[in-house]
Amino acid sequence: MFLINCPYCGERDQQEFKAGGEAHIERPKQPTELSDDEWAEYLFMRKNIKGVQFERWNHAHGCRKWFNMVRDTSNDEIKAIYKMGEKPPTQ
Amino acid sequence: MTKNLRVKSSEYIDETNRISFKFNGKTYHGFKGDTLASALLANDVHLVGRSFKYHRPRGIMTSGSEEPNAIVQINPGTNRTEPNVRATEVEIYDGLEASSQNCWPSVEFDIGGINNFLSPFFPAGFYYKTFMWPASFWKKYEFFIRHSAGLGKSPTSSDPDIYDHRNIHCDVLVVGAGIAGILAAKNAAKNNFKTFLVDEKNQLGGSTIFENNEFNKIDNKTPSEWLKKEIEELKNIKNLEIKTRTSVAAYHQYNYLLARENLTDHLEAKDKTNKIRQRLLKIRAKKVILATGALERPLIFNNNDRPGIMLSSAIKKYSEFYGVACGSKNVFFTNNDSAYESALSLYNKGINVEAIIDIRDQSESKIVKKIKEAGIKIYWSHSIVDTAGYKRLNSVSIMKLSNDFTSVTGSKISISCDCLGVAGGWTPAVHLYTQSGSKLKFDEEKEVFLPNQNTSTQISVGSCDGDFKIDEIIKNLNQKLKDNLNIKETDLDNIKVEIDQENSKRNIWLLPSDKPLGKTKPFVDYQNDATAKDIKLALREGFRSIEHVKRYTTTGMGTDQGKLGNMHALGIIADTAGVKMGELGTTTFRPPYTPLTFGTIVGRNVGKFFDIFRRTPMNDWHVQNKAEFENVGQWKRAWYYPNNGETMHQAVQRESKAARESAGILDASTLGKIDIQGSDASEFLNRVYTNAWSKLAIGKCRYGLMLNEDGMVYDDGVTTRLGENHYIMTTTTGGAANVLGKLEDYLQTEWPELDVYLTSVTDHYATASLCGPNSKKIIKKIIPDLDLSDENFPHMSFKEANIGHIQCRIMRISFTGEHSYEINVQASYGKDLWEKCMEAGKEFNITPYGTETMHLLRAEKGFIIVGQDTDGTMTPIDLQMDWIVSKKKYDFIGKRSLYRSDTMREDRKQLVGLLTDDPNIVLEEGAQIVSELNQNPVEMLGHVTSSYFSPNLNKSIALAVVRGGKDMIGKKLFIPMKNKNINVTVANPVFYDEKNERLNA
Ligand SMILES: [Zn+2]
Repeated sequence: MFLINCPYCGERDQQEFKAGGEAHIERPKQPTELSDDEWAEYLFMRKNIKGVQFERWNHAHGCRKWFNMVRDTSNDEIKAIYKMGEKPPTQ
Repeated sequence: MTKNLRVKSSEYIDETNRISFKFNGKTYHGFKGDTLASALLANDVHLVGRSFKYHRPRGIMTSGSEEPNAIVQINPGTNRTEPNVRATEVEIYDGLEASSQNCWPSVEFDIGGINNFLSPFFPAGFYYKTFMWPASFWKKYEFFIRHSAGLGKSPTSSDPDIYDHRNIHCDVLVVGAGIAGILAAKNAAKNNFKTFLVDEKNQLGGSTIFENNEFNKIDNKTPSEWLKKEIEELKNIKNLEIKTRTSVAAYHQYNYLLARENLTDHLEAKDKTNKIRQRLLKIRAKKVILATGALERPLIFNNNDRPGIMLSSAIKKYSEFYGVACGSKNVFFTNNDSAYESALSLYNKGINVEAIIDIRDQSESKIVKKIKEAGIKIYWSHSIVDTAGYKRLNSVSIMKLSNDFTSVTGSKISISCDCLGVAGGWTPAVHLYTQSGSKLKFDEEKEVFLPNQNTSTQISVGSCDGDFKIDEIIKNLNQKLKDNLNIKETDLDNIKVEIDQENSKRNIWLLPSDKPLGKTKPFVDYQNDATAKDIKLALREGFRSIEHVKRYTTTGMGTDQGKLGNMHALGIIADTAGVKMGELGTTTFRPPYTPLTFGTIVGRNVGKFFDIFRRTPMNDWHVQNKAEFENVGQWKRAWYYPNNGETMHQAVQRESKAARESAGILDASTLGKIDIQGSDASEFLNRVYTNAWSKLAIGKCRYGLMLNEDGMVYDDGVTTRLGENHYIMTTTTGGAANVLGKLEDYLQTEWPELDVYLTSVTDHYATASLCGPNSKKIIKKIIPDLDLSDENFPHMSFKEANIGHIQCRIMRISFTGEHSYEINVQASYGKDLWEKCMEAGKEFNITPYGTETMHLLRAEKGFIIVGQDTDGTMTPIDLQMDWIVSKKKYDFIGKRSLYRSDTMREDRKQLVGLLTDDPNIVLEEGAQIVSELNQNPVEMLGHVTSSYFSPNLNKSIALAVVRGGKDMIGKKLFIPMKNKNINVTVANPVFYDEKNERLNA
């Protein structure tokens, strides 16, 4: 059970949060111009990394804000948390 | 008359408080302070169970939670019965009853014992190998296996006890209150850390509290005397909360631990009532100090499992702490000095110690000298090659070990005894440490797995970190506390320790016998009856990974998770495969450390607290009018209103007819409602719905379909434009929360530039839906000044009005196909509104109807219900709802996916109507649809999604999804059922009023 530092509320228990999958997959601005393969790349393809992964999380039972998390999926270490729209930290 | 083996009074046993209890139907006596195990041993009862596979007689092996054999059923036949309880942990009380498990008809005479003689036929992987083929025989095998296996019985009536949860936040959590844990907690609390100390036993002090060995001294006192003084001082320390009888079950990430606090299990039945039995402590600690101690290992030799064979440390605890001698003729078998401490404890109490068999060449410690002086015979470089005695040990046979320790030589000596203490060295209890995700390292010198590192949030102290001697424990603990808690001085700086413990040991993981391995039974996992033979067989058959060997042989798979034998299993694998132990890695220790009851896990969340109920403001009226309810998500919705003993079918037929012939009223308060405001509200709706919204006039309503990005239908509902920048959206009852979440997600992450604000107002409004040809007249009666003409208030429009002083929002929208109104008022006026409608509708025989009639009426019109007629694989095109998908809009959620090659296939499942050839047959929802009856295998074309008998059409109707169904109108298909095939014809899904004439009726 993670202890997650919501950028708006502070440290809260994991059960207040909802995981939202891989981060930084931007919705294409002009979907109709894309080929089936390009659209499928956006729609279906996810990296599912063992190691450092960028993820979306939502403080669903709190402020309801979405934010990003950098998590090592091999040991669940949360390396960074930053707001939507902010640049991901470089290592 | 049974023997009394109570040898010397102990301060932990209250001999003035005599307790009577039953074991396997027979009455015994013990004292307050006894465990079931210590009381049985005091009565000379060793045989307490049968092993799982071979049904071999087994005795009490340990004195703690690691016990593999003495697993009992508590209070059998009562509603408080509990299986798989370790007798070594049960504190006795008057009236306690316990019985053996896994034996029939009795532990003394067990029919399954025949398995022991058949054991050559039960090798590792026996069940996998034997019961696989032929597949059709599995049912017979399963019957046999289930009846002969079994670890206890679960209670059959409901649990009478109360359970609770408590959240704890602390600076320092100390797990384990042995000497290291006590000193750690004391110093943490003294330095102003909010500290929590837990221990699974009812008494603080671990094994040091009964450490009376004259050769060890702390500040010139025996360790037990010294520690008692320390414990006494804990009482005066602030910032410290102590929980005994509290076992940490799980250690999750970020220092989140679950512990079970046991409050009443040790009390008599009359004192258990109306008290919390167990409490689950959910602990979040800034720092965790693990002081979980070490477990003594047995030794692995032929027939090492007979009743009377115990851990040497357990014999010492029974003698020193409980004042019980485990035997009258005791022998010890050891590879280190520990057994000598146990032997000395017995000797000092005048209990006979026959001999000590030591696989080492020698030891020069004071305690060994003392044993020699006492005249106890020590056999150096000897090993036990066999034991005898079926239900109780009666002798051991020993031989001299060869120089390379792989065989035995010389003549066999038999030693008569009734109790054997086995000391195979100590294994740090690192279970919780590894559960936290931390890694172990193998210490070549100590030959144990140790915590690899201490971090700023977690340290291991004492013997669980490999410090087995008191002087090492105190010295290392002191440094770790200073480093980790950042403190300069501790109580431990000036403690003087004199110690006579020698670390000399000789590890031989599998001891040789004079017989070949195939003819011996050296048990590694007592609970699951896995022997060293099984492990070697698994290796011969090609298993290499420790995790695979464990599963194949079931070693370590019991309720005790192999706490005693895991190291031997690894050692045997390493020796056989010729690799170093450290390279093998260990198996994973999983929570819970000791089993938890379901009651503890669920706590108060049982019965009516299991889940939240949501009730509408009109709920009381529905209850008073005898509605039947159905669960829709967390909502309790009125399902139908039976009159005078009507069946559900009769009630629904009556309600459905009344709604179309005169007037019906439905409580629609559960529909999700989202208030949408902002200058970009129209643009936002354009992007989330498939149809266009910019041109919707203020005061008008529009039906919308929402897709997922994959093009599949996600939700639907009517949205009304209340103002230039203000909409109210309705969602399905079940989808309300998810739709809000999805909309918020897009607004926050994809379109943050949009000026839109979303507010869930589902609970703020009560909604009554009034329908039927007389609905207009009823509205006229309650709101006389509202112009209800089609010109002023047409279908799909909205008006604000007042019913008396109640403000309301009225939408003229219809889910039944009838002329109808949806009236929304502030939730607190919901029941008032409903009663006013009922009163005004009396002369029109207004009929309240529930969700079942609502479903039937909409099915007559071919209106879908998202989640019933769709399942996340249906596009709007599949639903024949092309009309609602805008061709002009550049983009909306899911639009691009509607043009993927897969979503454009002609042979996708499509929504159609089905009519049965016999109009009286009502299809079963979920029934499969085929076009050929004699195919093998038969091709499934689709299934029935909604099916009813329509009273307004006087025939059965159904909606279904059928592959390529759009082009099958008029085609004959079949529904194969168990006893008959039903003939159906594909039809247009709109069965009633195809031209929508009734909307303005
Ligand atoms: Zn928050």
